[in-house]
Amino acid sequence: MKYLHLILSALLRRKTRTVFTLLSVLAAFLLFGLLDSVRSAFANAGNDVAGVDRLITVSKISFTLSLPKSLLERIGGLPGVTQVSYANWFGGIYQDPKNFFANEAVARNFLDLFPEWQLSAAERAAFRNTRTGAVVGERLAKRFNWKLGDKIPLQATIFPQKNGSNNWTFDLVGIFHEIDPKQRDQEDVLFFNWDYFDEARAFGNGSVGWYQTRVADRNAAGRVAQAIDALSENSDHETKTQTEQAFNASFVSQFADVGLIVAAIMGAVFFTLVLLTGNTMAQAVRERIPELAILKTIGFSNRSVLALLLTESVVLIVLGGAVGLLLAQAAVDALSSSVGGMLPMSAVGHEIWLRGLTLMALIGLLVGALPARRGMRLRIVDALAGR
Amino acid sequence: MWARLGSGLATLLALLAPILLLCLAPWWLLVALLLLLALWLASTRLGHQTSSVTQVGILTIPQRLGSSLVVVIGIAGVVGVLVAVLAMGAGFEATLKQTGTDDTVIVMRAGAQTEINSVLDHDSAILVAQMPQVQQGAASVPIASPELVVVASLPKKSTGLDANVELRGVGEHAWELHPSLKITAGRKFQPGLRELISGKGARAQFANVDVGSTIALNGQSWSVVGVFESGDAFESEIWGDADVVGPVYRRGSSTTSVTVRLTDRGAFEAFKAALASDPRLKVDAKTTRAYYSDQSARLSHLLRVLGITIGSIMAIGAVFGALNTMYAAVAARTREIATLRAVGFGSVPVVVSVLLETMLLAVLGGLIGAGLAWALFDHYTASTLGSNFSQVVFSFEVSPPLLWLGLKWALAIGFLGGLFPALRAARMPVTAGLREL
Repeated sequence: MKYLHLILSALLRRKTRTVFTLLSVLAAFLLFGLLDSVRSAFANAGNDVAGVDRLITVSKISFTLSLPKSLLERIGGLPGVTQVSYANWFGGIYQDPKNFFANEAVARNFLDLFPEWQLSAAERAAFRNTRTGAVVGERLAKRFNWKLGDKIPLQATIFPQKNGSNNWTFDLVGIFHEIDPKQRDQEDVLFFNWDYFDEARAFGNGSVGWYQTRVADRNAAGRVAQAIDALSENSDHETKTQTEQAFNASFVSQFADVGLIVAAIMGAVFFTLVLLTGNTMAQAVRERIPELAILKTIGFSNRSVLALLLTESVVLIVLGGAVGLLLAQAAVDALSSSVGGMLPMSAVGHEIWLRGLTLMALIGLLVGALPARRGMRLRIVDALAGR
Repeated sequence: MWARLGSGLATLLALLAPILLLCLAPWWLLVALLLLLALWLASTRLGHQTSSVTQVGILTIPQRLGSSLVVVIGIAGVVGVLVAVLAMGAGFEATLKQTGTDDTVIVMRAGAQTEINSVLDHDSAILVAQMPQVQQGAASVPIASPELVVVASLPKKSTGLDANVELRGVGEHAWELHPSLKITAGRKFQPGLRELISGKGARAQFANVDVGSTIALNGQSWSVVGVFESGDAFESEIWGDADVVGPVYRRGSSTTSVTVRLTDRGAFEAFKAALASDPRLKVDAKTTRAYYSDQSARLSHLLRVLGITIGSIMAIGAVFGALNTMYAAVAARTREIATLRAVGFGSVPVVVSVLLETMLLAVLGGLIGAGLAWALFDHYTASTLGSNFSQVVFSFEVSPPLLWLGLKWALAIGFLGGLFPALRAARMPVTAGLREL
């Protein structure tokens, strides 16, 4: 700490050089923050803590096939099942296909399976009692400026009404809030009543898209899943039941190997960063050889010179990187609601900061290693003579 | 104060004008400018001075090998990543765009954006096929293929996890509607039997869909009897007979779409009008070319935006890195530059020579980056989730326009990174420089 003054004066020796290096480190870590937020959004898709004790049951052949509603009581009667509910994908469009968000027809007790979604009792009752009622997530409501009582029209793409029209209109009766800030993208969804959907739709009446089940003991989830699938074995509607996590993971893995792409890009970025900054550090140390020799003359040991130089490079990288991550955090907060439909981004939280700071320290050490070694090894007499 | 403002504005202009030129000018203009520059260097007095200073600068690069390599590799990294990401988007778009022609039309239920959302009953399919604008083939039978698109869940080769593959039940005229389709292994499926043929892309991505394999669908086994190639998005699918696939998926005789060939491409508007005027039909019609390029629009737009954003941030980092390095390079040659100016070289040769040197390094970096991207990624196959919730196989396309774009970015970075050090070299006071140790 007492040598902080020395380190700062070394950095401020050539202000423009330090500023430019800080800016290139900033750019690299801004990119890191943005890409890592996308990567962790994909990796954590649906991996919220509450999802651990929920199972999803879809048709075994293809999740686009529907299941009979009669399975509801049979699943509910299985040991280990505390709650069961069903839903159907609707796929409606709000005004423009570009405004894509998920919308689903759900059973009356569906929202009870999701304790992590905060919804007032009054709004829950309103949803149950209003035939055309709809509940949306807070982020979605903010995106389109919806208030309670608004009428939301959706254009059906799959399910026309019995009268042939594609127009379905819902009344907004509730807005829910997701507790976990990392799962904020769960709020980009609209739910409406399955009863209204089944009554009004032109075909497929009496069938549901999937079942969601809550189990009493999460360690027994595998056993309960097998029991659910056994109910429909050898029938014409064979099912496949998995934990919510497994289902989401397999969905995400079909999109792209996002982890690999992000790792490749960041690998290239950090490689060039190490080169650029390493060169600058090497130059900086080369200029200061006589000064380092004087430091050694007045009594600094080899190890302390090494430590001083390493600290200098780490401080430089951490300073630039921290500002870069702060910018990334602000950018993700600003962009996630508008881009969220196309590309999920999770907020830059503790995990990303921890990873970023570790990388900054590592890169700082790497960048400073060779120059610091040179500074440590210099011979006082030769250095002072300028050889 | 006005003088400083004036010179600041002049610098800004000098900065923006060439960048705008690079962005907007077509390639022949830039080549012409390059030839003009070469002419200037070779013929005028100022040009001669510039070229001799530049020669000295370039010949002494080996003395500054470390920092020069840093600029080259930094720019190579930026260009490489930019070209690779844009190639991903371009490849996806190209695969979907070349699927489809202007004289075949796909008809789906009104409001359905994509085949998997559409349901057409048997009667509607027949009505559509009997429209006068549909071309008739042998024995006056309309060339129309009612098709059923569904999704099957099969394990992927790379992850072992189940992924969605598009299963298309086709009508008997499907072969005439896809003239580019060729069977490369095995044979076509026999109508009426539980036989399938796999597209080349589907075979590459999924396990157990090669000739001779058996797939279980809804408790029944289907055998794969052939592999086909068509050079477009259909290669990611598996095909079977629509009349046999339908019952398996409990669709009876209904389909998801009808694809027809028109008598000629001009008949599309008349066809649409005829469909709209029939009260028994509630359908939308699109040319297959328009349909498939719309499918690719969202993802390729996203990839393009992503590529440009990532590339820009990397470029900004590279510019500052290059600035650092070139400032250091100029500082190292302070005495040399001061001597040149003392001897009589004006500021223009000095500025232009530093700029030329930086841009030469940048071009080298750009070529290396673009070359690496081309060598590693051209025709690299990947797959992603298409709009029918199933895998679409596509290959990266590193095309000459993309390589040229990468080179332009390299030039821009080199220019920005070299301008300010060059100006500083020109404005350095000669006496102070000569005394520099």
